[in-house]
Amino acid sequence: MLKLDDCVIENGNFTLNADIQIEVGNSIAIVGPSGAGKSTLLETIAGFRDLKKGQIFWSGQQISNLHPGKRPMAMLFQDGNLFPHLTAEQNIALGLRPNGRLSEDEDAQVQSALGRVSLHGMGARKPSELSGGQQSRVALARVLVQRRELLLLDEPFAALGPALKAEMLDLVADLVAETQTTLLMVSHDPQDARRIADQTVLVADETVHAPVQTAELFDNPPPSLRAYLG
Amino acid sequence: MAERAQPVSPWPGIGAAALVAALILGTLAAVALRAETSGGFSPADWAALRFTLTQATLSALFSVVLAVPVARALARRRFPGRRALIALLGAPFILPVIVAILGLLQVFGRSGWISDILGIFGLPPIRIYGLHGVVLAHVFFNLPLATRLVLQAWQEIPAERFRLAAQLGCNGMAMFRLIEMPMLKRTLPGVLAVIFAICLTSFAVALTLGGGPRATTIELAIYQAFTYDFDLGRAALLSALQLALTAATALVALKFSRGDGFGTGLDRALRRWDGGAPTIDVFWIVAAAVFLLLPLASVVISGAAGLFDMPAIVFRAALISVLVAAASTAVLLLLALPMATAVASGRYGLVELSGILGLAASPLVIGTGLFILIRPLANPTTLALPVTALVNAAMALPFALRILVPAARDITARHGRLALSLDMTKWTFFTRILLPRMRPQIRFAAGLGTALSMGDLGVIALFADPQIATLPLQIYRLMGAYQMQAAAGGALLLLLLSMGAFWLLDRGGRWHAEA
Repeated sequence: MLKLDDCVIENGNFTLNADIQIEVGNSIAIVGPSGAGKSTLLETIAGFRDLKKGQIFWSGQQISNLHPGKRPMAMLFQDGNLFPHLTAEQNIALGLRPNGRLSEDEDAQVQSALGRVSLHGMGARKPSELSGGQQSRVALARVLVQRRELLLLDEPFAALGPALKAEMLDLVADLVAETQTTLLMVSHDPQDARRIADQTVLVADETVHAPVQTAELFDNPPPSLRAYLG
Repeated sequence: MAERAQPVSPWPGIGAAALVAALILGTLAAVALRAETSGGFSPADWAALRFTLTQATLSALFSVVLAVPVARALARRRFPGRRALIALLGAPFILPVIVAILGLLQVFGRSGWISDILGIFGLPPIRIYGLHGVVLAHVFFNLPLATRLVLQAWQEIPAERFRLAAQLGCNGMAMFRLIEMPMLKRTLPGVLAVIFAICLTSFAVALTLGGGPRATTIELAIYQAFTYDFDLGRAALLSALQLALTAATALVALKFSRGDGFGTGLDRALRRWDGGAPTIDVFWIVAAAVFLLLPLASVVISGAAGLFDMPAIVFRAALISVLVAAASTAVLLLLALPMATAVASGRYGLVELSGILGLAASPLVIGTGLFILIRPLANPTTLALPVTALVNAAMALPFALRILVPAARDITARHGRLALSLDMTKWTFFTRILLPRMRPQIRFAAGLGTALSMGDLGVIALFADPQIATLPLQIYRLMGAYQMQAAAGGALLLLLLSMGAFWLLDRGGRWHAEA
């Protein structure tokens, strides 16, 4: 269980209060108006921002003092998820060994991850030689070999077209189901949330609301969400 | 977490900054302590101060006044070779001073081309030595810089503004008053200050074209106190005076300058609608190109004849120069890379400050200080080459940082979070991400550092004994011995080495340019 215990996050001139729990293995969409703090929330969970107050627990362990790399989570950002001067394989390998050479066994894992995201034979290509969708697949392959228990997505597919984005979300849904990963995903689009998230967290009015069933939330939106959805 | 996690460690950079600060401030302290104030300033010292200020003022004024029409012409005309000409405007920065001086002597000197032409009409030859020679050489070096800075300001004017003015029916003069005059008012003081500061510390120009009681700069007076009188106290006193002058000017120049000067995007020509007579623009562009190219062409032509007929000592000096430049560049990168990394990882204002200290101190002042510090321990002349490499690196550091810091900042901001979330160590991030991503900037900085060191004629003149010389010093000695053929050959060799090294390091990197 991921637990944000009485957390207060400060970012410039706004604060965000979060006191929620998320069950292991769930897929959660995070929705809310622009500037409400969706990305800020994710960055704080990942360790890129300090908590003003409160604590974050994962499986009963306090993780809010850990370095971002030591937390049990992988994160994909809006952009810059691959190092442009490294090949697809090298980028994926960083998920296994960020600081050294791969063993033969680990190399096999990289190849198998490449295959799992349907990029067989493209391991030697650099990101600039791959399409946007293929780049996203490489990033997902790296997430796969990282074997973290939580996956945080800060709209990494926002630049893709609707069909490609749907394809990526389906791939994410498959991957998290296979690996029993808990997924937290920022989204602007109710369709995305309905597509892969059974529960949704609304971030609005300086508050991170407790997760509710996605379908229920969008069928019967509270006023703050209704204003945003239009 | 008390501190934001960073993908890189600032500590090596802080260490490097401390070393640089120790070198520069330590030598300055040595100078200040050794300065003999008992005698005060002699009339000759006051004359040196006056001459330094006069030549710097005139050089800055001429450079800027001439740069405005040239920049205006370049900003609004499109013609074949425009890009090459603008690239050429960057060349004097890495052009060895002694090469340019030889070229200027061959064109403007007593037995130069212009004097020859005057002679045909029975007119006396021009005299290049003295104030006007010094100013001429400084304008040669700084007109291109001024043109680039002004051109950059010109091109930063949004195209929409010209469009609006054209739509309102503004003609040439009205357009100038409305748009360009305010830009010039904002830009020119900074350009003046920068060039004034550069001319204050110019040593090689004064050494070759100045001299005598009426044309001695403070830098030259320091050198003379050293070599003619071996009066360390007086050298130190003059150094202190020079230091006060350069530090004050550097502060003013920094305040005005906007931290650019290597700006890219200069190849964009603005679409203009106010026409204006093309003949005037053509005149300025041709005149500037001829003024810049003629001396260089002259060195190439005269040097080609002597290139294969040079004494072995010139080749030996060339080898020494290459080694000194390589060592200097290595030191430069060892200092600049960690410092740029530290600056990129947060607010390390002191690191940045230490990086620009080199702008405030002149090489001869640092050289004087090092001489004073080294003398009790060893014979300074035996350390001439390491000291030269070190001082050259310290002098190139501000420029290297200007090139490296924006790239380091950008890469750290772009890839830092991913590296942190992958649990990458700081060392891995530095070697696997930062260095490869910064390769173009590193190569540019290395090319600049190598060319600057290769062409430097400054601190080596203080330390060297007759047995040892870098190529610029050897050329100077050949000129002093009236071996002009060999000097011209050496100058061409030096030109090829400096420009070649710069091209190889900077451009060579782009063959393998990656995404």
